[in-house]
Amino acid sequence: MGFKHKDIIGLQGLSREEIQLLLDTAENMKEISGRDIKKVPTLRGKTVVNLFFEASTRTRTSFEIAAKRLSADTINISASTSSVTKGETLSDTARNILAMKPDIIVMRHAASGAHHYLAQRVSCSVINAGDGAHEHPSQGLLDMLTMRQKFGTLDGLTVAIVGDITHSRVARSDIFGLTTMGASVRLAGPPTMMPPGIERLGNVTVCTDMREAIKGADVVMMLRIQLERQGKTLLPTLREYSRYYGLNPENLKLAKPGAMVMHPGPINRGVELSSYVADGDQSAILTQVENGVAVRMSMLYHVSGGELPTE
Amino acid sequence: MAEEKTTILDGAGVKRALTRIAHEILERNKGVEDLVLVGIRTGGVHLARELSARLEEIEGAKVPVGEVDITLYRDDFKGQAPHLPVGKTDIPFVIEKTKVVLVDDVLFTGRTIRAAMDAIMDHGRPDCIQLAVLIDRGHRELPIRADFVGRNVPTSMKEKIVVLFDADSRPTEVVLEK
Repeated sequence: MGFKHKDIIGLQGLSREEIQLLLDTAENMKEISGRDIKKVPTLRGKTVVNLFFEASTRTRTSFEIAAKRLSADTINISASTSSVTKGETLSDTARNILAMKPDIIVMRHAASGAHHYLAQRVSCSVINAGDGAHEHPSQGLLDMLTMRQKFGTLDGLTVAIVGDITHSRVARSDIFGLTTMGASVRLAGPPTMMPPGIERLGNVTVCTDMREAIKGADVVMMLRIQLERQGKTLLPTLREYSRYYGLNPENLKLAKPGAMVMHPGPINRGVELSSYVADGDQSAILTQVENGVAVRMSMLYHVSGGELPTE
Repeated sequence: MAEEKTTILDGAGVKRALTRIAHEILERNKGVEDLVLVGIRTGGVHLARELSARLEEIEGAKVPVGEVDITLYRDDFKGQAPHLPVGKTDIPFVIEKTKVVLVDDVLFTGRTIRAAMDAIMDHGRPDCIQLAVLIDRGHRELPIRADFVGRNVPTSMKEKIVVLFDADSRPTEVVLEK
């Protein structure tokens, strides 16, 4: 059994075995980052293009480090410095990059489905580093790896995801991945931020009250309120949001004792997460970041072994 | 196609070979000072543990055992789709200034050994690396030879050598499959 896909656009559609393989590989690759020489020669001579149409520090840096630890050459292109600002279409940008013969394109784009579009048009591998409100598979995988390290398995876990579900690609990747792996997901958020029909994605329950969602949960995952985007129209005030949908030491007690607190970052301290919780013993936020590199190494490794179309 | 199997070493034979290799390692290195064993996953790891137990019996001192997975150091990625799963590398000691005895079950083309040596070097600079194998079947494609060999077995390219282990990862038999 191996990973047979050329691209990773999302966790939707990946089998249990494939997710297991990506996580196992990541787990075994963690050791590399602990060495003096943090490098293996695996992707020597391969070129990874990081094509970021949206701002990102954590994900882009993490993908870049991952590629470098596998000895690939990396090139970063961000929208603000590229010809996209001059009006070039995605298709033209892609074609021009392709002329430089990359092996893997890691892309972040504001449009859901941009990666699907790109993957059909290029012969190299495409990895989704976040597309609109669709998926963010590397975040989903690192979340699952972090949970698996603590609980040993994902089977039977109860994971509460709280916040702006509508605009969260992290939530979608987590839902697809976790339900495939046998966990159950509870969602909570203001009705303006809860997409109708999301419970049809699998073992997913929608709660209107946050306390209901986190009660007895093994993991509480808080999503970032995207102040720069939706903050103004979907919420009356941040104080109100924080009061009803923020995690603090008080309501965290409702979760299972020792439950794990996660956040994809960057945190709005005092809004969705109180500093006490973010920096507390139960917080796994920095472990998530650490696991991010290993998970992205695993993704780069496996897509480069995927079946490329024969022409 | 009916497979033909010949036993090359039985359980007792494997034990005797490992005991002799343990003595040879001690003789060559004048004891166990600075000595570490690194097994190549997965057969080599089991054999390294066996050797470590024998060295302890003889010298009364523990010799640390590490394990190395060579998947990320292979030289044949191009021919592979999909990529192989990556195993765990665990070297729980400082490689710097040690005498490493690399342990594998079967020595064949030598490519695995090259990969394992590169992997070890990435962990530090040992004083030396020696190679112990249970079976040397020939057909080298690289200038590599073993320092300690359980049994030399001339083979044809079509034949396969398999080292069998029991549920406790103890070697039980070596067979040649045609």
